[in-house]
Amino acid sequence: MRAAETIKLLFRGPTAIVAAIVLAGLVLTAFLGEQLAPHSATETDVSNRLQSPSADHWFGTDELGRDVLSRVILGAEVSLRVGAVAVGISLVAGVLIGLFAGYYGRWVDDVLMRLSDVLFAFPAMLMAIAVLAILGPGSANAMIAIGIVYTPIFARITRASVLSVREEVYVRAARSAGAGDLRIIGRHVLPNVTAPIIVQTSISLAFAILSEAALSFVGLGTQPPDPSWGRMLAEGRGFVEQAWWMAVFPGLAIFVTVLAFNVLGDALRDVLDPRQRQAMAGTGVSA
Amino acid sequence: MTRYALRRLAQSVAVLLGVSVLVFAIMQLVPGDPIRAALGQQADPDTYQALRERAGLDDPVPQQFVTWIGNAAIGDFGVSFRTGETVLSLIAERVPATLALAGGAIVVALLIAIPLGTLSALNPRKPVDWFASLSSQAGLSVPDFWLGIMLILVFAGTLGWLPSSGYVALTEDPVEWARHLILPAITAGVSSGAILTRFVRSSVLESLGQDHVRTARAKGMRARDVLTWHVLRNALVPLVTVAGVQLAYLLSGVVVVEYVFAWPGLGQLAFQAVESRDYPVLQGAVLLFAVIFLLVNLVVDLAYARLDPRITYRSAR
Repeated sequence: MRAAETIKLLFRGPTAIVAAIVLAGLVLTAFLGEQLAPHSATETDVSNRLQSPSADHWFGTDELGRDVLSRVILGAEVSLRVGAVAVGISLVAGVLIGLFAGYYGRWVDDVLMRLSDVLFAFPAMLMAIAVLAILGPGSANAMIAIGIVYTPIFARITRASVLSVREEVYVRAARSAGAGDLRIIGRHVLPNVTAPIIVQTSISLAFAILSEAALSFVGLGTQPPDPSWGRMLAEGRGFVEQAWWMAVFPGLAIFVTVLAFNVLGDALRDVLDPRQRQAMAGTGVSA
Repeated sequence: MTRYALRRLAQSVAVLLGVSVLVFAIMQLVPGDPIRAALGQQADPDTYQALRERAGLDDPVPQQFVTWIGNAAIGDFGVSFRTGETVLSLIAERVPATLALAGGAIVVALLIAIPLGTLSALNPRKPVDWFASLSSQAGLSVPDFWLGIMLILVFAGTLGWLPSSGYVALTEDPVEWARHLILPAITAGVSSGAILTRFVRSSVLESLGQDHVRTARAKGMRARDVLTWHVLRNALVPLVTVAGVQLAYLLSGVVVVEYVFAWPGLGQLAFQAVESRDYPVLQGAVLLFAVIFLLVNLVVDLAYARLDPRITYRSAR
């Protein structure tokens, strides 16, 4: 399918358009955060603590008098960066594992897939916590932890697609023409297995952002004073009855971002990979 | 079927072995001395030495692994670096709370999914279908820890109907147990409810197109009876297995929800273990979660193979 045709199909419904606009806005916010934020995100002003939303502070202020809106704006960069790097790690590692396992089959497949089964047997959040227990808390380690957690899903999806492409005529033709394995994998197999990988990337971004927020919420992800949505929620939790705005706005930011990635992922799946959608509907698997 | 079951069992054992190697590695991968890290520099030398010997850290690594896995197989995960209690007794204390929360959450999920999924399948492309699709998308995207805080804000703070956190044992006071369970169960159940709603919708839609449903209608059977006896009966059988998978996710996935509601379950035990660097407790909790996860998946696969013989044929080829 040509790119232009894909984009046209993708944006035929209003939900995908709205999701794309929201995400474009978020990326812009992440890049221009410093310019957009009306106040400093880290400057404290105790005389102005726990102020409810007003014309000066649209989202109110927190327990140290910091502007919640500015912190939500600057938190976008942290969330998107951690999510993107984490998914980047699992994308590269998972696709490589899936390509080699699917292409070479036999013992390579057995070893790599059993290893991914082992990783898969750990509940995602617990696996991330265990990795952070070893590496220590922090946003860089959170990226690695989330990256490890989501690697097996990319490996499985890639392998499944490679298995169906491996026996195609063009792959056999390339092989009989004397092309090496790496060339066949790079030039003929990979370009034909990208559709499900693109879909999974969008969905994994949603879950990675959610995981980063959860890890920061429990104190293992992004550390203070960096503004992270999960961290802000954790701080707001203690003041929820006096200052609801401290917990409501960062949570809404996470919700809207994750929703946008999920909606876009679903729309991509409809266009690029309708078979996977049917299979997913049958198993109830979402990530 | 027996061959398939045996193969699946062998696979699970192999994965379990890999899982235990990884869990064992947690203690080995901690930079520096794990007992020093847990106790601090000013620790009593006798306690330090006793824990070191109990954990067998002076033995060669392969021997440590063999001892560890041999002990783990009979339920001995060592003692907590913090309290000196056995890990098994710490875990056993927390199991009822986690089971209650996961069980409550799956009930909430089914209470959302069955009516919403069925209504949406019976009215495709109508407002109720859009609503179901939108709410399942939202349910999948809402951070559970945020949802928990919002529920506390409304039902515990503003309305004052329910307690904001904590746990009461069922044997102590069943009414208070239930009151404490409601908010955490809703929080944990929403995302599973969203997944199950999609499943019920597609399952009911598929069932509606079957010949026996058409025949029942042609016979003049009342619409309600067709729905109950022909559509839902068939559509909801596979739900048992999918709900089983969700229950496995919930048993291990309620970690953060337990944290929000100060719910004294296994997830909170794991967190406390990370915070206090109590590695034997962390190892025990992680291994237990992985075993539950593997077991439920095994049971679900076998149940599925029994319900749908095509699966065994396909995998036997």
